Amino acid sequence: MLEHLRPAIVLTVLFTVLTGLAYPFAITGAAQVIAPAAANGSIMERDGKPVGSELIGQAFASDRYFWPRPSAAGANGYDGASSSGSNLGPTAAKLMERIKAEAARYPGPTAVPADAVTASGSGLDPDISPANARRQAGRIAEARGMDVARVEALIEAQTQGRALGFVGEPRVNVLRINLALDAASAAP
Amino acid sequence: MTFVGWLQIAILFALVALSAPPLGAFMARVFQGERTFLHPVLLPIERTFYRVAGIDPAKGQDWRAYTIAMLLFSFIAFLVLYAMLRLQAVMPLNPAGLGPVSPDLAFNTAVSFVTNTNWQSYGGETTMSHLSQMAGLTVQNFVSAAVGIALALALTRAFAKSQSRDLGNFWVDVTRCVLYVLLPLSIVMALALVLLGVPQTLLAAAKVTTLEGAEQTLAMGPVASQLAIKQLGTNGGGFFNVNSAHPFENPNAWTNIIQTWAIIALPFALALTFGRMVGDKRQGLALAAVMAVLLSAATGAAYWAEAAGNPIVAASGIETAPGNMEGKEVRFSVASSALWAAATTGASNGSVNAMHASFTPLGGLVPLFMIQLGEVLPGGVGSGLYGIVIFAILTVFVAGLMVGRTPEYLGKKIGAKEMKLAVLAILILPVAILGFTAIAASLDVGRVGPVNAGPHGYAEILYAFSSAAGNNGSAFAGLTANTPFYNVLLGIAMLLGRFAYIIPMMAIAGAIAPKIKASPAAGTFPTHGGLFVGLVIGVIIIMGGLQFFPALALGPIVEHFMMHAGKTF
Repeated sequence: MLEHLRPAIVLTVLFTVLTGLAYPFAITGAAQVIAPAAANGSIMERDGKPVGSELIGQAFASDRYFWPRPSAAGANGYDGASSSGSNLGPTAAKLMERIKAEAARYPGPTAVPADAVTASGSGLDPDISPANARRQAGRIAEARGMDVARVEALIEAQTQGRALGFVGEPRVNVLRINLALDAASAAP
Repeated sequence: MTFVGWLQIAILFALVALSAPPLGAFMARVFQGERTFLHPVLLPIERTFYRVAGIDPAKGQDWRAYTIAMLLFSFIAFLVLYAMLRLQAVMPLNPAGLGPVSPDLAFNTAVSFVTNTNWQSYGGETTMSHLSQMAGLTVQNFVSAAVGIALALALTRAFAKSQSRDLGNFWVDVTRCVLYVLLPLSIVMALALVLLGVPQTLLAAAKVTTLEGAEQTLAMGPVASQLAIKQLGTNGGGFFNVNSAHPFENPNAWTNIIQTWAIIALPFALALTFGRMVGDKRQGLALAAVMAVLLSAATGAAYWAEAAGNPIVAASGIETAPGNMEGKEVRFSVASSALWAAATTGASNGSVNAMHASFTPLGGLVPLFMIQLGEVLPGGVGSGLYGIVIFAILTVFVAGLMVGRTPEYLGKKIGAKEMKLAVLAILILPVAILGFTAIAASLDVGRVGPVNAGPHGYAEILYAFSSAAGNNGSAFAGLTANTPFYNVLLGIAMLLGRFAYIIPMMAIAGAIAPKIKASPAAGTFPTHGGLFVGLVIGVIIIMGGLQFFPALALGPIVEHFMMHAGKTF
C-alpha cells in the first residue's frame, strides 16, 4: 500500500501541473496569437462598440428586427451567462402551449417554420433557418418602410449554405442580418 | 430523412474507420514500450516523471498490486478535486468571483470526474472557477481516461501472455497514456477548435450592449483546451451548462464533425490495439465490428425517430420537414444530432449537442438504451474495451454450452471462476440503475426532481441513474439533480458503476493471466468471424433487453404511444 502512495501523490501533482496548468496556459497563449478574435469570443462591433458575439444569439423583440428562436437561457432568454434548453419532453403540455403562442407571432398561409417556435438546446442559438427569415420579411419591410424585395435580397445575401454541399445546415445569423438591416435602412 | 443527412453520418463513420488503424497501431507501440516519432521529445519527460515519483518502469504488477495502485490513485484524485472545489472561492483564477461549491455538489462532481462519468449537476459557467475547470476538472479528464485505458491494457496482457502474473505497471501505463496519446492529440485538437471559433481566454466574460440596448454578459474562458480532452477522453463534462450545444463550445458544423469523431475515435482504435497486443489483428477487428454494427443501428434509429418528429407539434400547424427541432441548434442537422446522441451514449462520453430530454420518445430511448447496453458500443476509452471483452467471455461461454466444449477465448480456457466474476460485473449495472431508480421514484424527495410530468418524468429519473451507473454523464436534463438526495445517490451509482465493475474485471485478468495460452485446435470456436460477431451482438442485446425492457416500457415506450394518441401532460 505504502509503496503506491508516493507515485500516487507525485503523479497527481505532476499531472496537475502538466495537464491542468501548462497545457491550458500554453493553448491560451497560442490561441491569443493565432486567432485572437475567436479566442476572445468572436465579438462584433458597431461604431467601435461591442454589440454582441457572432456566435451567441441575443434577444430581439422589435418588429424592425429579425426575431431569434425562443430561448430558455436565463429568466428572460438569451442570457449569455446561463445557457439552457427548455428540457421539455415531447408530451409536455407546456411545450405545446409555447409552440401555439409563438406560432401566432408568425402569421402566414403555410406551415410555420419549426425553428421559429422551438427553443434551441443552448438557448443561445445565433441562427434561424432561411425559411424562418423569409417568413419575417413582410413584417420587417412594413415596420421599416422598406421594399420587401430589399429585405428578401438581404436574406439571400446573408444565408450561409452548406460547405462542400453537405457540411452544416443552411442558416441566417440573426445578429449579422440585423446589423446589415440597420445599415441598409440608414443608406438612402 | 434526407440524403444529405445520411451522407453526414456516413462521412463521420468513414473518418473513424480511416483513423482507427493508425491510431490503434500507434497505441500498441506506445503501450508495449516501443519507440515512436514522439519519443525524442517525450521520453525525457517520461523518465523524469518516473524518477521523481520513484517508479521502476521495468517492474511488473500482478492484478492485486495493479488494482490497489489504481484505487489509491483514484482516491487521492477524488480528495484533491473535492478540496479544490470547496476552496475555489479563496484560490486564484476566479475572475467571476464564484463561491465555494456546496459539499454534496462537490462530492458528486469529484466522483463524477474521477470515475470518467462527468455527470454535471452544476452549470459550468455559473458554478466553476477557471482554476476548478483547468487544474481540477481538466486534469481528471486526462487522468481518469488514462486510468480506463490502463485497466484495459492490464486485461489485454492477461490474454496476450502465457503463464504470467505480470499485467504491466499501472503507473507506467497511465503516464504513457497521458504523455503520448491524450496530450498530443488534445493539443492538436484544441488549436484546431480555436481556429474554428472556440474561445480560449482567461477572462470570465465579455459584456456587450445589444442592438436593442440590453446588457448581455457572454460567459467564456479556457474552453478549447478543456473541450479537446473532454471528447478524446470520453469524459463529456462541458465547460458550459449545455455542453456542446453551446455555440462557444461547438460553433459550427466543422467543430461538430471534429468533436463527433473525437468521441468515438479512440475507443474504436483501442479495439484494434487489443488485436495487435494479443497477436491477432482479426480479434480486434471482430470487436470493432460488434461496436460498429450496433452503433450504426442506433444512429439510424435515432435519426428516423427525430426526423419523423412530433405529431402533436405537426398538428399545431408547424412545418414537419426539419424534424423535431426542440432542443436542437439550427447549425446542426437532425441527422448530426442523432448521430451525436448515439455516439456519446454508445461511447460513455456523455457530452451533448442537443438536449436529449426534448427528443421524441423513441429518439430519446436510443441514448438511454445505449447506456444500458453496458457502454461498450464503442464504450469509453479503455472501459469500452474491457467491457466488450467481458461480453466476449460471456459469448464464448454461451457458445461453449451449445456445443458442449470448455469455453476458450484467445487460447485461454474460461473456467467457472471467471464466469462468476463476469456475471458479477455485469450485474452491477441493473442493480444500480433499476434499484436506485426504484428508490428515487418511490420517495417524495426523488419525485420532486423531474420537470416533466407523466412517463417522461419517470424517464428523467431512469436516465439519470443509467447515466451515472454507466459512467456516461449525459442526461434528460429536466431533472433537478443538484439536490443533496440526487447528488449523493447519483454519486454512489457512479462509484458502483466504475469500481464495482473494475474489481471483478481485474480479478478475471488475474485468473486468466497465469493460464497456459493454447494454440487454436480444430475444435476451437473461432472468435474472429462473422458468427462470433453475431453472437456477441446477440448476447449484448439480450442481456440489455431482458434487464431493462420492463423499465423502458414504463417510460419512453408508453410515451411514444401516448404521443401518437395526442396526449399531453
